[in-house]
Amino acid sequence: MKNETEYIKLFEENRSLIDNPCATLLNEHRPAAFAKFAAQGFPTIKDEAYRNSNVEKLFATDYGVNLGRVKMGDNPREGFTCDVPNLATRQEFIVNDCYQSEENSNSSLPEGVLLGSLNAYARTHGELLAPYYNALACNGDSIAQFNTTFVQDGMLLYIPRNTELKETIQLVTLLRSNIEMMSNRRLLVILEDGAKANLLVCDHSSNEKATLSTQITEVFLGNNASLNLFELEETGYANNRLAHLFVRQMGYSTFNHSCITLTGGFTRNGAYVSLEGEGAEANLSGLAICDKQQHTDNHTLVEHKVGRCTSNELYKYILDEQSTGVFAGKMHIYPDAQHTASQQTNRNLCLTSCARMYAQPQLEIYADDVKCSHGSTVGQLDESALFYMQQRGIPKDEARHLLMFAFAGEVIDSIGIDALRDRLHILVEKRFRGELNRCKGCALCKQ
Amino acid sequence: MENLIEIKNLHASIDGKEILKGINLTVKPGEVHAIMGPNGSGKSTLSNVLVGHPAYTVTEGEVIYKGQDLLALNPEERSHAGIFLSFQYPVEIAGVSMTNFMRAAINAKRQALGEAPLSAGDFLKLMREKRALVNLDSKLANRSVNEGFSGGEKKRNEIFQMAMLEPTLSILDETDSGLDIDALRIVAEGVNKLKRPDTSTLVITHYQRLLDYIKPDIVHVLYNGKIVKTAGPELALELEERGYDWIKNPQ
Amino acid sequence: MKKQSNNIFKKIADKAYEYGFFSSVSTEIIEKGLNEDVIRLISKKKNEPEWMLEFRLTAYRYWLTLEMPTWAHLDIPPIDYQAISYYADPTQKSKKQNSEIDPELMKTFEKLGIPLEERLALSGMAIDAVMDSVSVKTTFKEELKEKGIIFCSMSEAIQEYPDLVRKYLGGVVNYRDNFFAALNSAVFSDGSFVYIPKGVRCPMELSTYFRINAANTGQFERTLIVADDNSYVSYLEGCTAPMRDENQLHAAIVEIIVCENAEVKYSTVQNWYPGDAEGKGGVYNFVTKRGECRGNNSKLSWTQVETGSAITWKYPSCILRGDNSQGEFYSVAVTNNYQQADTGTKMIHLGRNTRSTIISKGISAGKSQNSYRGLVRVSKSADGARNYSQCDSLLLGSLCGAHTFPYMDIHNDSAVIEHEATTSKISEEQLFYCNQRGIGTEEAIGLIVNGYAKEVLNKLPMEFAIEAQKLLSVSLEGSVG
Repeated sequence: MKNETEYIKLFEENRSLIDNPCATLLNEHRPAAFAKFAAQGFPTIKDEAYRNSNVEKLFATDYGVNLGRVKMGDNPREGFTCDVPNLATRQEFIVNDCYQSEENSNSSLPEGVLLGSLNAYARTHGELLAPYYNALACNGDSIAQFNTTFVQDGMLLYIPRNTELKETIQLVTLLRSNIEMMSNRRLLVILEDGAKANLLVCDHSSNEKATLSTQITEVFLGNNASLNLFELEETGYANNRLAHLFVRQMGYSTFNHSCITLTGGFTRNGAYVSLEGEGAEANLSGLAICDKQQHTDNHTLVEHKVGRCTSNELYKYILDEQSTGVFAGKMHIYPDAQHTASQQTNRNLCLTSCARMYAQPQLEIYADDVKCSHGSTVGQLDESALFYMQQRGIPKDEARHLLMFAFAGEVIDSIGIDALRDRLHILVEKRFRGELNRCKGCALCKQ
Repeated sequence: MENLIEIKNLHASIDGKEILKGINLTVKPGEVHAIMGPNGSGKSTLSNVLVGHPAYTVTEGEVIYKGQDLLALNPEERSHAGIFLSFQYPVEIAGVSMTNFMRAAINAKRQALGEAPLSAGDFLKLMREKRALVNLDSKLANRSVNEGFSGGEKKRNEIFQMAMLEPTLSILDETDSGLDIDALRIVAEGVNKLKRPDTSTLVITHYQRLLDYIKPDIVHVLYNGKIVKTAGPELALELEERGYDWIKNPQ
Repeated sequence: MKKQSNNIFKKIADKAYEYGFFSSVSTEIIEKGLNEDVIRLISKKKNEPEWMLEFRLTAYRYWLTLEMPTWAHLDIPPIDYQAISYYADPTQKSKKQNSEIDPELMKTFEKLGIPLEERLALSGMAIDAVMDSVSVKTTFKEELKEKGIIFCSMSEAIQEYPDLVRKYLGGVVNYRDNFFAALNSAVFSDGSFVYIPKGVRCPMELSTYFRINAANTGQFERTLIVADDNSYVSYLEGCTAPMRDENQLHAAIVEIIVCENAEVKYSTVQNWYPGDAEGKGGVYNFVTKRGECRGNNSKLSWTQVETGSAITWKYPSCILRGDNSQGEFYSVAVTNNYQQADTGTKMIHLGRNTRSTIISKGISAGKSQNSYRGLVRVSKSADGARNYSQCDSLLLGSLCGAHTFPYMDIHNDSAVIEHEATTSKISEEQLFYCNQRGIGTEEAIGLIVNGYAKEVLNKLPMEFAIEAQKLLSVSLEGSVG
């Protein structure tokens, strides 16, 4: 329990330093979260949910934590652009765990939309956010409690009833530090009834020192609301990420999520979706392309709490060198959730004898009138397809690339925004050709 | 150059079992040879060995193609050298579009020959031209390779690729199997349109009917891993009439 | 229609478990409770050698350090291990009188459809009949002996073939394996021992019939099967228990060793008393079954039809150590009323070109919970490993649960692993179609369920398959209203 003790001490001794820059809303959730964290400690490989992902050791590094909110570096808007050609986006930045504000940035947004620093809005709109903040994450595991204990800022996106955001919101989280650094971020996304939005979150890094980011995203979708959330991780091998995504969906809402891991160190993405209104639909997909010592773990839990909801999951892994892939997805169908349609697919390619894959697709079903299925495979590239291509004159390496690209393409093709999809196709191709092994500034535009 | 391909005493096996037991065959530029034979005689093995399928091992003999040792080349090099196999069972390749697949093939060949890659415009123009040859629907060209194609569409797609790659030696492995009479005619006409005076064709078939459309110069009978009879086109007709038993059990 | 079904349901509930009778055989039962003295007593009663007592005591001391596992999807009430008697011998009276088997005992097994007189025997089947802690009789022993096959009770094997037993016992399931394995290793009473010598194909099905009779006793049998090089055996296991209001504990171990080119088929029809419609009583079936395909080209096949027990915790597994070895697991698990089952398999691929197949059919009805839990592990050394798993669940009624928890741990890039799972129900249309053709609802369900389970039932030897089919229908009658 050495690591826990240090963070317990850090919290107890620096309570005012943590609280001072923060809104009451953030501060009032700390004691309960801290109590849970202190009681449970970090998960170990003896915990079922972490049996193949040793997160305990990640915390062993002596990271710096910017509790005093010292401004790090220059304005990221200068000298750092990150755009997708042909896609109108509105960019927001979080450097490490500090939201970078810009004056009058909200003027072009539709009326009532709130976009900006979570901490700042928690001060000015505390009552609006109170029913949402930590409403889902409070039931999360000890890493989620850890984040609630220490988190000081993040981003808020609030969209009022029947409002549609035409522009895609792009949040760039940038890791910049000269020392080993820990960042604790929080994203809160609230779409009232009938609201619609696209949110693209890109993780970048410009340093070689080890970092550890914990991130909680809480998403609330009202009736008929619709959110497309894209997450793209393109950091370095020393950048570790522990992310939790909690989603609550009301009737006939739609949530599309794509989580693409191109480069990173140790990545754990937890997605926990609760379908609480009839007709809600959740589509989760993930693609991980791993090499070296990369470790990518996607955990999903989709809870069908009411009937007539739909969920689809598609997760694909390509594992090269000594990388490790973990997929654990559970569909939980509650007793009254009749007419549920739920499907989960997990496909994995192991390219070397040192790569490892752990897959756990799970069904927990308490209703009888449901259509649920899952399928999971581990295999290699199709030898007969490779030979067919060679006979047509395509060199073996090229043929392998084409097949891997096709394998990955299924996930990318599910992305509903054309410009982003095209961009991702190019990025994945570059990734296969080894041209993306390190993010230099920004891969989205500099290549 | 006298011979396009010269196969000498070729022995080949799969999983330790010898299938080809000494094949001798010479094809000159411009000739059409038919190789016929009962099931299990080694016809498909011969075509697979010529294109370098990794499952087969050549245990003896040699193959000289355009004056060089064919067996020393890897499958893609044989393709670049102008050998094309129309597969009996073309494989489905999910997620790889026909366009991307063909572009990769064409440009790999051009690169091997020291030519610059085709521009996107020229490539698409070429696709359109060649598609017309075999009446291949443009929709099929936008789908994944062979995925969801009917039997006839797969075979037409093979001939379309042959048109794109313009081979010197085309091997048609049971191209007529699974085709109805209309599809057979379209495929065969495609093959004939592509025929040039200097290109050669090996037609591997069980039945005579394909040879009604693609006229062979020479007909061979393959039996038990060896060529047991060679004659003119009249041999195919005789086989159609009498079957293979008289070959198997010579009087 | 609803009302009518409910009536049938009542009728069935009264008669459904036809093996629920109790025989008044005079039985010697030792005091309840578990301590080293009890273990010494069991060992002494069985006249065991010193090494066997040591084996038991080591396991017991280790068991004391353990806690009951909680990871299964089961709600297990606390078990008072001191309230159980660990040894019950129904043959004691006859032994004292130095006579033949108690006629009551013979009657019991006859009533169960298991004739112990060889002249009445089912064709081509040798039987070892075990009641409570003791083997009552083993048939066709002599005939088998001629071929060099050893088929006898475990107690006898310890006396007659101590070297063989010592060589293999605990070699596949170590006493440290899990809580129940440790408990069994400490207190196991009887069971069957099978040895098939090199090159011998066992000419008949070998079968063990387990019966719990005495109250407040646990049954802890231990089975050991060794198939030497180039041999073959098909082994069947059946079980029943009387209807009692209190729960009974059954914690068995089955170990199988399959040598080079040998094949073992192990079939189970498990029909322990499941408890009544209100969930009262029933057997806790906590079993460790594992086989090791030790030799190259060896094959082990588990087939199980699980309809009984209040709670089942059971994962018949294969360790595929030999190159080209094969493991199979075919399972139908039915739960009704308040039954709970957490069952599945482990396929551990260690050798090259090893293959495994898993077909699991879960059927849940009433208020029951039915889980499949399975592991497929491909180690770094297992080049060319293949696995195909298919886990289907059928839900009958809206108050039951069906769950699937597969684990795939793949450490080899040449492995091809496929897992599929689906969930379905019997549709109103299917039932109506049958009704229109004059087939009653109960019968229709039986038909449809048997069709659903056919893939697994087909793997059972003929007599067993018919029995299992009947069992499936009976277990589910009244489950859809």
